[in-house]
Amino acid sequence: MAYSTGTRGRFASEIDGIREKGLYKEKRFIHSAQDAEITVEFPEGAPLKKVLNFCANNYLGLSSHPEVVAAAHEGLDTRGYGMSSVRFICGTQDIHRELQNKVSAFLGMEETLLFPSCMDANSGVFEAILGQEDVIIADRLIHASLVDGIRLCSAEYDTFKHMDMAHLEKKLELHQNRRVRLVVTDGVFSMDGDLAPLDEMVALCDRYDAMILVDDSHASGFIGKTGRGTHEHFGVIDGIDIITTTFGKGLGGASGGCVSGRREIVELCRQKARPYLFSNSLAPSIVKASIKVIEIVSRSTERRDKLERNTARFRQGMTEAGLDIRPGETPIVPVMLYNAKLANDMARDMYAEGIYIVGFFFPVVPAGAARIRVQLSAAHEFEHIDRCVAAFRKVGEKYGILGLGKKEIIEKYGN
Amino acid sequence: MDDMKRVVLEYVIEEYIDEEDEDEITPGTPLISSGIVDSFSMVSLKRFLENRYKVSLPDDEATPEAFDTVNSICDLVRRHMG
Repeated sequence: MAYSTGTRGRFASEIDGIREKGLYKEKRFIHSAQDAEITVEFPEGAPLKKVLNFCANNYLGLSSHPEVVAAAHEGLDTRGYGMSSVRFICGTQDIHRELQNKVSAFLGMEETLLFPSCMDANSGVFEAILGQEDVIIADRLIHASLVDGIRLCSAEYDTFKHMDMAHLEKKLELHQNRRVRLVVTDGVFSMDGDLAPLDEMVALCDRYDAMILVDDSHASGFIGKTGRGTHEHFGVIDGIDIITTTFGKGLGGASGGCVSGRREIVELCRQKARPYLFSNSLAPSIVKASIKVIEIVSRSTERRDKLERNTARFRQGMTEAGLDIRPGETPIVPVMLYNAKLANDMARDMYAEGIYIVGFFFPVVPAGAARIRVQLSAAHEFEHIDRCVAAFRKVGEKYGILGLGKKEIIEKYGN
Repeated sequence: MDDMKRVVLEYVIEEYIDEEDEDEITPGTPLISSGIVDSFSMVSLKRFLENRYKVSLPDDEATPEAFDTVNSICDLVRRHMG
Protein backbone atom coordinates (compact mmCIF):
# COMPACT_ATOMS: atom_id res chain seq x y z
CA MET A 1 0.00 0.00 0.00
CA ALA A 2 1.43 3.35 -1.00
CA TYR A 3 -0.05 5.11 2.02
CA SER A 4 2.23 3.36 4.50
CA THR A 5 2.05 3.41 8.28
CA GLY A 6 5.14 5.59 8.27
CA THR A 7 3.58 8.12 5.93
CA ARG A 8 0.38 8.20 7.97
CA GLY A 9 2.46 8.69 11.12
CA ARG A 10 4.40 11.57 9.59
CA PHE A 11 1.20 13.42 8.66
CA ALA A 12 -0.33 12.68 12.06
CA SER A 13 2.72 14.03 13.85
CA GLU A 14 2.56 17.23 11.78
CA ILE A 15 -1.08 17.64 12.84
CA ASP A 16 -0.02 17.07 16.47
CA GLY A 17 2.59 19.81 16.03
CA ILE A 18 -0.08 22.24 14.80
CA ARG A 19 -2.15 21.35 17.86
CA GLU A 20 0.79 21.82 20.23
CA LYS A 21 1.45 25.29 18.83
CA GLY A 22 -2.18 26.19 19.54
CA LEU A 23 -2.84 26.73 15.82
CA TYR A 24 -5.28 23.87 15.29
CA LYS A 25 -8.52 24.97 13.67
CA GLU A 26 -11.45 23.27 15.37
CA LYS A 27 -14.47 22.15 13.40
CA ARG A 28 -17.51 24.36 13.89
CA PHE A 29 -20.85 23.51 12.33
CA ILE A 30 -23.63 26.01 11.66
CA HIS A 31 -27.11 24.44 11.58
CA SER A 32 -28.91 27.49 10.23
CA ALA A 33 -28.67 29.99 7.38
CA GLN A 34 -25.97 32.65 7.72
CA ASP A 35 -27.39 35.60 9.67
CA ALA A 36 -26.96 37.80 12.74
CA GLU A 37 -28.28 34.97 14.89
CA ILE A 38 -27.14 31.44 14.07
CA THR A 39 -27.38 27.95 15.51
CA VAL A 40 -23.99 26.43 16.18
CA GLU A 41 -22.63 22.98 17.04
CA PHE A 42 -19.32 23.56 18.78
CA PRO A 43 -17.31 21.65 19.67
CA GLU A 44 -18.34 18.84 17.32
CA GLY A 45 -21.11 16.80 18.91
CA ALA A 46 -22.01 19.48 21.49
CA PRO A 47 -25.66 20.49 21.93
CA LEU A 48 -26.81 23.17 19.49
CA LYS A 49 -26.55 26.72 20.76
CA LYS A 50 -28.14 29.91 19.45
CA VAL A 51 -25.53 32.65 19.33
CA LEU A 52 -25.08 36.10 17.85
CA ASN A 53 -22.62 36.01 14.97
CA PHE A 54 -19.94 38.71 15.08
CA CYS A 55 -17.33 37.00 12.89
CA ALA A 56 -18.96 36.72 9.46
CA ASN A 57 -18.05 38.76 6.38
CA ASN A 58 -21.80 39.27 5.96
CA TYR A 59 -21.29 43.06 6.12
CA LEU A 60 -24.48 44.01 4.30
CA GLY A 61 -26.61 41.21 5.71
CA LEU A 62 -27.33 39.92 2.21
CA SER A 63 -26.24 36.29 2.71
CA SER A 64 -29.80 35.15 3.34
CA HIS A 65 -31.72 38.14 1.98
CA PRO A 66 -35.05 37.01 0.42
CA GLU A 67 -34.49 38.91 -2.84
CA VAL A 68 -31.03 37.38 -3.23
CA VAL A 69 -32.26 33.88 -2.46
CA ALA A 70 -35.12 34.32 -4.95
CA ALA A 71 -32.68 35.47 -7.62
CA ALA A 72 -30.50 32.42 -6.99
CA HIS A 73 -33.59 30.21 -7.42
CA GLU A 74 -34.37 31.98 -10.69
CA GLY A 75 -30.83 31.34 -11.91
CA LEU A 76 -31.14 27.68 -11.00
CA ASP A 77 -34.57 27.34 -12.61
CA THR A 78 -33.79 29.18 -15.84
CA ARG A 79 -30.08 28.49 -16.44
CA GLY A 80 -29.46 25.21 -14.65
CA TYR A 81 -27.18 24.03 -11.89
CA GLY A 82 -23.72 24.07 -13.44
CA MET A 83 -21.90 24.99 -16.64
CA SER A 84 -19.69 21.88 -16.88
CA SER A 85 -17.09 24.03 -18.60
CA VAL A 86 -14.52 26.70 -18.16
CA ARG A 87 -15.57 30.15 -19.36
CA PHE A 88 -13.82 30.18 -22.74
CA ILE A 89 -15.09 26.81 -24.05
CA CYS A 90 -18.83 26.71 -23.39
CA GLY A 91 -19.14 28.17 -19.90
CA THR A 92 -20.16 31.77 -20.54
CA GLN A 93 -23.84 32.65 -20.43
CA ASP A 94 -25.36 36.03 -21.15
CA ILE A 95 -25.79 36.47 -17.39
CA HIS A 96 -22.01 36.22 -16.85
CA ARG A 97 -21.63 39.15 -19.26
CA GLU A 98 -24.48 41.00 -17.55
CA LEU A 99 -22.85 40.62 -14.12
CA GLN A 100 -19.47 41.74 -15.47
CA ASN A 101 -21.04 44.86 -16.99
CA LYS A 102 -22.96 45.66 -13.82
CA VAL A 103 -19.84 45.26 -11.67
CA SER A 104 -17.85 47.54 -14.00
CA ALA A 105 -20.53 50.23 -13.72
CA PHE A 106 -20.80 49.85 -9.95
CA LEU A 107 -17.05 50.03 -9.32
CA GLY A 108 -16.48 52.72 -11.96
CA MET A 109 -14.02 50.57 -13.92
CA GLU A 110 -13.70 50.00 -17.68
CA GLU A 111 -14.16 46.22 -17.70
CA THR A 112 -14.55 43.23 -15.40
CA LEU A 113 -13.73 39.52 -15.59
CA LEU A 114 -15.28 36.98 -13.22
CA PHE A 115 -13.16 34.40 -11.42
CA PRO A 116 -14.27 31.47 -9.24
CA SER A 117 -13.06 33.46 -6.22
CA CYS A 118 -11.06 36.55 -5.38
CA MET A 119 -8.31 34.19 -4.26
CA ASP A 120 -8.23 33.00 -7.88
CA ALA A 121 -8.34 36.58 -9.22
CA ASN A 122 -5.36 37.47 -7.03
CA SER A 123 -3.52 34.30 -7.99
CA GLY A 124 -3.92 34.99 -11.70
CA VAL A 125 -3.76 38.72 -12.30
CA PHE A 126 -0.04 39.39 -11.73
CA GLU A 127 1.28 36.57 -13.89
CA ALA A 128 -1.11 37.57 -16.68
CA ILE A 129 0.10 41.16 -16.99
CA LEU A 130 3.68 41.41 -15.66
CA GLY A 131 7.06 39.91 -16.53
CA GLN A 132 10.59 39.90 -15.19
CA GLU A 133 11.25 43.46 -16.39
CA ASP A 134 8.59 44.72 -13.96
CA VAL A 135 8.31 45.23 -10.22
CA ILE A 136 5.46 44.81 -7.75
CA ILE A 137 5.62 46.98 -4.62
CA ALA A 138 3.25 45.69 -1.95
CA ASP A 139 2.09 46.76 1.50
CA ARG A 140 3.47 44.26 4.02
CA LEU A 141 0.04 43.33 5.38
CA ILE A 142 -1.72 42.48 2.11
CA HIS A 143 -3.94 39.43 2.02
CA ALA A 144 -2.30 36.00 1.68
CA SER A 145 -3.91 35.44 -1.73
CA LEU A 146 -2.11 38.51 -3.11
CA VAL A 147 1.16 37.23 -1.65
CA ASP A 148 0.61 33.91 -3.41
CA GLY A 149 -0.22 35.62 -6.71
CA ILE A 150 2.86 37.82 -6.49
CA ARG A 151 5.05 34.80 -5.83
CA LEU A 152 3.62 33.03 -8.88
CA CYS A 153 4.64 35.94 -11.11
CA SER A 154 8.12 36.38 -12.62
CA ALA A 155 8.20 40.11 -11.83
CA GLU A 156 10.56 41.25 -9.10
CA TYR A 157 8.76 42.29 -5.93
CA ASP A 158 9.39 44.50 -2.96
CA THR A 159 7.40 45.56 0.09
CA PHE A 160 6.80 48.71 2.13
CA LYS A 161 5.88 49.17 5.78
CA HIS A 162 2.15 48.97 6.40
CA MET A 163 0.52 52.21 5.11
CA ASP A 164 3.85 54.06 5.38
CA MET A 165 3.79 56.49 2.46
CA ALA A 166 7.36 57.71 2.96
CA HIS A 167 8.57 54.12 2.72
CA LEU A 168 6.44 53.51 -0.38
CA GLU A 169 7.92 56.62 -2.00
CA LYS A 170 11.42 55.37 -1.24
CA LYS A 171 10.61 52.05 -2.93
CA LEU A 172 9.09 53.79 -5.96
CA GLU A 173 12.30 55.81 -6.32
CA LEU A 174 14.42 52.69 -5.93
CA HIS A 175 12.62 50.88 -8.74
CA GLN A 176 12.49 53.65 -11.36
CA ASN A 177 14.58 51.49 -13.70
CA ARG A 178 11.82 48.91 -14.06
CA ARG A 179 9.48 48.79 -17.08
CA VAL A 180 6.30 48.75 -14.99
CA ARG A 181 5.81 49.51 -11.30
CA LEU A 182 2.63 48.08 -9.77
CA VAL A 183 1.72 49.14 -6.25
CA VAL A 184 -0.46 46.59 -4.44
CA THR A 185 -2.62 47.10 -1.37
CA ASP A 186 -5.79 45.95 0.32
CA GLY A 187 -8.45 48.69 0.38
CA VAL A 188 -9.52 47.65 3.88
CA PHE A 189 -7.08 45.38 5.69
CA SER A 190 -8.90 42.31 6.93
CA MET A 191 -7.16 41.90 10.28
CA ASP A 192 -6.85 45.58 11.29
CA GLY A 193 -9.77 47.26 9.58
CA ASP A 194 -7.37 49.94 8.35
CA LEU A 195 -8.25 51.95 5.25
CA ALA A 196 -5.33 52.22 2.84
CA PRO A 197 -4.74 55.95 2.10
CA LEU A 198 -5.57 55.60 -1.58
CA ASP A 199 -5.55 59.36 -2.22
CA GLU A 200 -1.90 59.58 -1.18
CA MET A 201 -1.05 56.34 -2.94
CA VAL A 202 -2.60 57.45 -6.22
CA ALA A 203 -0.70 60.75 -6.00
CA LEU A 204 2.57 58.86 -5.46
CA CYS A 205 1.77 56.53 -8.35
CA ASP A 206 1.19 59.55 -10.60
CA ARG A 207 4.48 61.12 -9.51
CA TYR A 208 6.53 57.95 -10.02
CA ASP A 209 4.73 56.51 -13.04
CA ALA A 210 3.27 53.48 -11.31
CA MET A 211 0.01 51.56 -11.57
CA ILE A 212 -2.04 50.58 -8.54
CA LEU A 213 -4.02 47.43 -7.69
CA VAL A 214 -6.47 47.42 -4.79
CA ASP A 215 -8.03 44.29 -3.30
CA ASP A 216 -11.32 45.71 -2.08
CA SER A 217 -12.85 42.47 -0.81
CA HIS A 218 -13.52 43.93 2.65
CA ALA A 219 -14.91 47.18 1.20
CA SER A 220 -17.00 46.55 -1.92
CA GLY A 221 -20.65 47.36 -1.31
CA PHE A 222 -20.26 49.48 1.83
CA ILE A 223 -17.13 51.67 2.00
CA GLY A 224 -17.63 55.09 0.40
CA LYS A 225 -20.76 57.23 0.40
CA THR A 226 -22.53 54.92 -2.07
CA GLY A 227 -20.65 51.75 -1.20
CA ARG A 228 -18.43 51.61 -4.29
CA GLY A 229 -15.39 50.92 -2.17
CA THR A 230 -12.23 52.42 -0.77
CA HIS A 231 -11.53 54.33 -3.97
CA GLU A 232 -14.86 56.12 -3.60
CA HIS A 233 -14.13 56.87 0.07
CA PHE A 234 -10.93 58.68 -0.93
CA GLY A 235 -12.35 60.26 -4.11
CA VAL A 236 -9.92 58.52 -6.48
CA ILE A 237 -12.18 56.27 -8.55
CA ASP A 238 -10.43 57.28 -11.79
CA GLY A 239 -6.98 56.84 -10.29
CA ILE A 240 -7.23 53.09 -9.69
CA ASP A 241 -5.98 50.78 -12.43
CA ILE A 242 -7.09 47.40 -11.06
CA ILE A 243 -9.59 46.34 -8.40
CA THR A 244 -9.92 42.74 -7.32
CA THR A 245 -12.90 41.92 -5.17
CA THR A 246 -15.23 39.15 -4.06
CA PHE A 247 -18.91 38.24 -4.08
CA GLY A 248 -18.17 36.13 -1.01
CA LYS A 249 -18.34 38.89 1.60
CA GLY A 250 -20.52 42.02 1.57
CA LEU A 251 -21.80 41.33 -1.94
CA GLY A 252 -23.93 38.30 -1.11
CA GLY A 253 -21.47 36.01 0.62
CA ALA A 254 -21.62 32.93 -1.62
CA SER A 255 -18.53 32.81 -3.82
CA GLY A 256 -16.92 34.28 -6.90
CA GLY A 257 -14.55 37.15 -7.45
CA CYS A 258 -13.32 39.39 -10.20
CA VAL A 259 -10.60 41.52 -11.73
CA SER A 260 -11.99 44.91 -12.70
CA GLY A 261 -10.02 47.71 -14.27
CA ARG A 262 -8.33 49.01 -17.41
CA ARG A 263 -9.69 47.31 -20.54
CA GLU A 264 -6.38 45.87 -21.78
CA ILE A 265 -5.46 44.50 -18.36
CA VAL A 266 -8.80 42.70 -18.06
CA GLU A 267 -8.44 41.38 -21.62
CA LEU A 268 -4.98 40.00 -20.82
CA CYS A 269 -6.46 38.23 -17.80
CA ARG A 270 -9.10 36.73 -20.08
CA GLN A 271 -6.36 35.44 -22.37
CA LYS A 272 -3.74 34.40 -19.84
CA ALA A 273 -4.87 34.16 -16.20
CA ARG A 274 -4.57 30.50 -15.29
CA PRO A 275 -7.26 30.32 -12.55
CA TYR A 276 -9.68 31.83 -15.09
CA LEU A 277 -8.61 29.51 -17.91
CA PHE A 278 -8.49 26.29 -15.93
CA SER A 279 -11.38 26.38 -13.50
CA ASN A 280 -15.13 26.18 -13.96
CA SER A 281 -17.44 29.10 -14.59
CA LEU A 282 -19.30 30.63 -11.71
CA ALA A 283 -22.59 28.73 -11.27
CA PRO A 284 -25.70 30.41 -12.77
CA SER A 285 -27.48 30.62 -9.40
CA ILE A 286 -24.57 32.61 -7.94
CA VAL A 287 -24.35 34.83 -11.02
CA LYS A 288 -28.06 35.69 -10.89
CA ALA A 289 -27.91 36.30 -7.14
CA SER A 290 -24.84 38.53 -7.57
CA ILE A 291 -26.64 40.57 -10.24
CA LYS A 292 -29.47 41.08 -7.73
CA VAL A 293 -26.97 42.11 -5.05
CA ILE A 294 -25.46 44.75 -7.34
CA GLU A 295 -28.99 46.00 -8.06
CA ILE A 296 -29.79 46.19 -4.33
CA VAL A 297 -26.63 48.11 -3.41
CA SER A 298 -27.00 50.39 -6.47
CA ARG A 299 -30.60 51.43 -5.82
CA SER A 300 -30.18 52.44 -2.16
CA THR A 301 -27.50 53.10 0.44
CA GLU A 302 -29.85 51.93 3.18
CA ARG A 303 -27.86 48.81 4.08
CA ARG A 304 -24.40 50.41 4.09
CA ASP A 305 -25.84 53.33 6.10
CA LYS A 306 -27.21 50.90 8.68
CA LEU A 307 -23.84 49.14 8.81
CA GLU A 308 -22.17 52.51 9.39
CA ARG A 309 -24.55 53.25 12.29
CA ASN A 310 -23.99 49.78 13.76
CA THR A 311 -20.24 50.22 13.49
CA ALA A 312 -20.33 53.61 15.22
CA ARG A 313 -22.53 52.24 18.05
CA PHE A 314 -20.25 49.25 18.60
CA ARG A 315 -17.03 51.27 18.51
CA GLN A 316 -18.45 53.82 20.93
CA GLY A 317 -19.83 51.13 23.28
CA MET A 318 -16.52 49.27 23.37
CA THR A 319 -14.55 52.44 23.99
CA GLU A 320 -16.88 53.42 26.83
CA ALA A 321 -16.59 49.91 28.28
CA GLY A 322 -12.81 50.35 28.36
CA LEU A 323 -11.78 47.74 25.81
CA ASP A 324 -8.65 48.48 23.76
CA ILE A 325 -10.00 48.61 20.21
CA ARG A 326 -7.99 49.64 17.19
CA PRO A 327 -9.31 53.06 16.15
CA GLY A 328 -10.97 53.38 12.77
CA GLU A 329 -14.26 53.62 10.97
CA THR A 330 -14.69 50.27 9.23
CA PRO A 331 -16.90 47.39 10.43
CA ILE A 332 -13.78 45.33 11.17
CA VAL A 333 -12.99 46.09 14.82
CA PRO A 334 -9.94 44.41 16.35
CA VAL A 335 -10.17 44.10 20.13
CA MET A 336 -6.48 44.17 21.04
CA LEU A 337 -5.34 41.64 23.66
CA TYR A 338 -1.68 41.12 22.57
CA ASN A 339 -1.48 37.72 24.28
CA ALA A 340 -2.60 34.63 22.29
CA LYS A 341 -3.92 32.67 25.27
CA LEU A 342 -5.88 35.65 26.52
CA ALA A 343 -7.45 36.08 23.05
CA ASN A 344 -8.43 32.40 22.96
CA ASP A 345 -9.73 32.35 26.53
CA MET A 346 -11.81 35.48 26.03
CA ALA A 347 -13.26 34.20 22.74
CA ARG A 348 -14.29 30.98 24.53
CA ASP A 349 -15.92 32.93 27.35
CA MET A 350 -17.71 35.19 24.88
CA TYR A 351 -19.14 32.07 23.22
CA ALA A 352 -20.46 30.98 26.61
CA GLU A 353 -22.14 34.39 26.76
CA GLY A 354 -23.80 33.72 23.40
CA ILE A 355 -21.44 35.75 21.21
CA TYR A 356 -19.64 33.95 18.40
CA ILE A 357 -16.23 35.53 17.73
CA VAL A 358 -12.73 34.21 17.12
CA GLY A 359 -9.27 35.03 18.51
CA PHE A 360 -6.37 35.61 16.10
CA PHE A 361 -2.67 35.44 16.87
CA PHE A 362 0.75 34.93 15.25
CA PRO A 363 1.31 33.94 12.47
CA VAL A 364 -2.13 35.15 11.24
CA VAL A 365 -1.38 38.57 12.78
CA PRO A 366 2.08 39.92 13.77
CA ALA A 367 3.70 38.42 16.86
CA GLY A 368 2.56 40.15 20.05
CA ALA A 369 -0.56 41.54 18.39
CA ALA A 370 -3.12 38.86 19.34
CA ARG A 371 -6.69 40.04 19.17
CA ILE A 372 -10.34 39.18 18.79
CA ARG A 373 -11.68 40.46 15.50
CA VAL A 374 -15.27 41.66 15.58
CA GLN A 375 -17.16 42.18 12.32
CA LEU A 376 -20.33 44.21 12.22
CA SER A 377 -23.19 43.58 9.82
CA ALA A 378 -26.26 45.41 8.56
CA ALA A 379 -28.11 42.29 9.74
CA HIS A 380 -27.34 43.27 13.34
CA GLU A 381 -29.86 45.31 15.31
CA PHE A 382 -28.79 47.73 18.05
CA GLU A 383 -30.03 45.18 20.58
CA HIS A 384 -27.51 42.62 19.21
CA ILE A 385 -24.70 45.15 19.38
CA ASP A 386 -25.55 46.15 22.93
CA ARG A 387 -25.57 42.48 23.96
CA CYS A 388 -22.14 42.00 22.40
CA VAL A 389 -20.72 45.06 24.17
CA ALA A 390 -22.27 43.92 27.48
CA ALA A 391 -20.67 40.49 27.07
CA PHE A 392 -17.29 42.09 26.34
CA ARG A 393 -17.69 44.24 29.45
CA LYS A 394 -18.46 41.17 31.58
CA VAL A 395 -15.65 39.01 30.16
CA GLY A 396 -13.21 41.94 30.11
CA GLU A 397 -13.93 42.55 33.78
CA LYS A 398 -13.27 38.87 34.58
CA TYR A 399 -9.79 39.20 33.03
CA GLY A 400 -9.18 42.62 34.57
CA ILE A 401 -8.42 44.39 31.30
CA LEU A 402 -11.11 47.11 31.23
CA GLY A 403 -9.50 50.52 30.95
CA LEU A 404 -6.07 49.04 30.23
CA GLY A 405 -3.97 49.99 27.20
CA LYS A 406 -1.36 48.01 25.30
CA LYS A 407 1.42 48.45 27.85
CA GLU A 408 -0.71 47.50 30.85
CA ILE A 409 -2.25 44.42 29.17
CA ILE A 410 1.22 43.19 28.15
CA GLU A 411 2.53 43.82 31.66
CA LYS A 412 -0.33 41.73 33.04
CA TYR A 413 -0.41 38.86 30.52
CA GLY A 414 2.78 39.09 28.43
CA ASN A 415 2.80 39.04 24.64
CA MET B 1 30.49 44.20 16.30
CA ASP B 2 32.18 43.89 12.89
CA ASP B 3 31.44 46.21 10.01
CA MET B 4 29.15 43.83 8.09
CA LYS B 5 27.01 43.12 11.15
CA ARG B 6 26.70 46.83 11.83
CA VAL B 7 25.64 47.59 8.25
CA VAL B 8 23.12 44.73 8.11
CA LEU B 9 21.72 45.63 11.52
CA GLU B 10 21.26 49.25 10.45
CA TYR B 11 19.45 48.12 7.30
CA VAL B 12 17.16 45.76 9.25
CA ILE B 13 16.23 48.49 11.71
CA GLU B 14 15.51 51.05 9.00
CA GLU B 15 13.65 48.63 6.72
CA TYR B 16 11.60 46.63 9.20
CA ILE B 17 11.28 48.38 12.54
CA ASP B 18 8.58 50.96 13.16
CA GLU B 19 9.64 54.13 14.93
CA GLU B 20 7.34 53.51 17.89
CA ASP B 21 8.79 50.03 18.42
CA GLU B 22 10.86 50.12 21.59
CA ASP B 23 12.43 46.65 21.52
CA GLU B 24 16.17 46.71 20.98
CA ILE B 25 17.47 44.68 18.06
CA THR B 26 20.88 43.03 18.33
CA PRO B 27 22.80 40.74 15.92
CA GLY B 28 21.36 37.77 17.81
CA THR B 29 17.71 38.88 17.84
CA PRO B 30 15.46 36.37 16.01
CA LEU B 31 13.92 38.26 13.09
CA ILE B 32 11.75 35.80 11.20
CA SER B 33 10.82 33.26 13.88
CA SER B 34 9.79 36.16 16.13
CA GLY B 35 7.70 37.81 13.42
CA ILE B 36 9.77 41.02 13.07
CA VAL B 37 10.43 40.14 9.42
CA ASP B 38 8.08 37.84 7.49
CA SER B 39 9.17 35.57 4.68
CA PHE B 40 7.35 37.75 2.11
CA SER B 41 9.16 40.92 3.18
CA MET B 42 12.65 39.43 3.47
CA VAL B 43 13.08 39.82 -0.29
CA SER B 44 14.27 43.41 0.13
CA LEU B 45 16.91 42.31 2.63
CA LYS B 46 18.17 39.66 0.20
CA ARG B 47 18.36 42.24 -2.58
CA PHE B 48 20.22 44.66 -0.32
CA LEU B 49 22.80 42.02 0.64
CA GLU B 50 23.35 40.95 -2.97
CA ASN B 51 23.85 44.52 -4.15
CA ARG B 52 25.96 45.67 -1.25
CA TYR B 53 28.29 42.65 -1.04
CA LYS B 54 28.22 41.67 -4.74
CA VAL B 55 27.08 38.12 -4.05
CA SER B 56 24.34 35.91 -5.38
CA LEU B 57 22.38 34.12 -2.65
CA PRO B 58 20.66 31.03 -4.07
CA ASP B 59 17.00 30.67 -3.09
CA ASP B 60 17.60 27.27 -1.51
CA GLU B 61 20.11 28.86 0.86
CA ALA B 62 18.27 32.14 1.50
CA THR B 63 15.86 30.35 3.81
CA PRO B 64 13.94 31.82 6.75
CA GLU B 65 16.35 29.91 9.03
CA ALA B 66 19.43 31.43 7.38
CA PHE B 67 17.84 34.89 7.58
CA ASP B 68 16.71 34.57 11.18
CA THR B 69 19.41 36.68 12.83
CA VAL B 70 21.92 39.27 11.67
CA ASN B 71 24.62 36.81 12.78
CA SER B 72 23.30 34.00 10.57
CA ILE B 73 22.72 36.40 7.67
CA CYS B 74 26.35 37.56 7.81
CA ASP B 75 27.56 33.94 7.96
CA LEU B 76 25.59 33.20 4.79
CA VAL B 77 26.92 36.26 2.97
CA ARG B 78 30.52 35.51 3.95
CA ARG B 79 30.24 31.96 2.59
CA HIS B 80 29.35 33.42 -0.79
CA MET B 81 31.96 36.19 -0.90
CA GLY B 82 34.95 35.50 -3.09
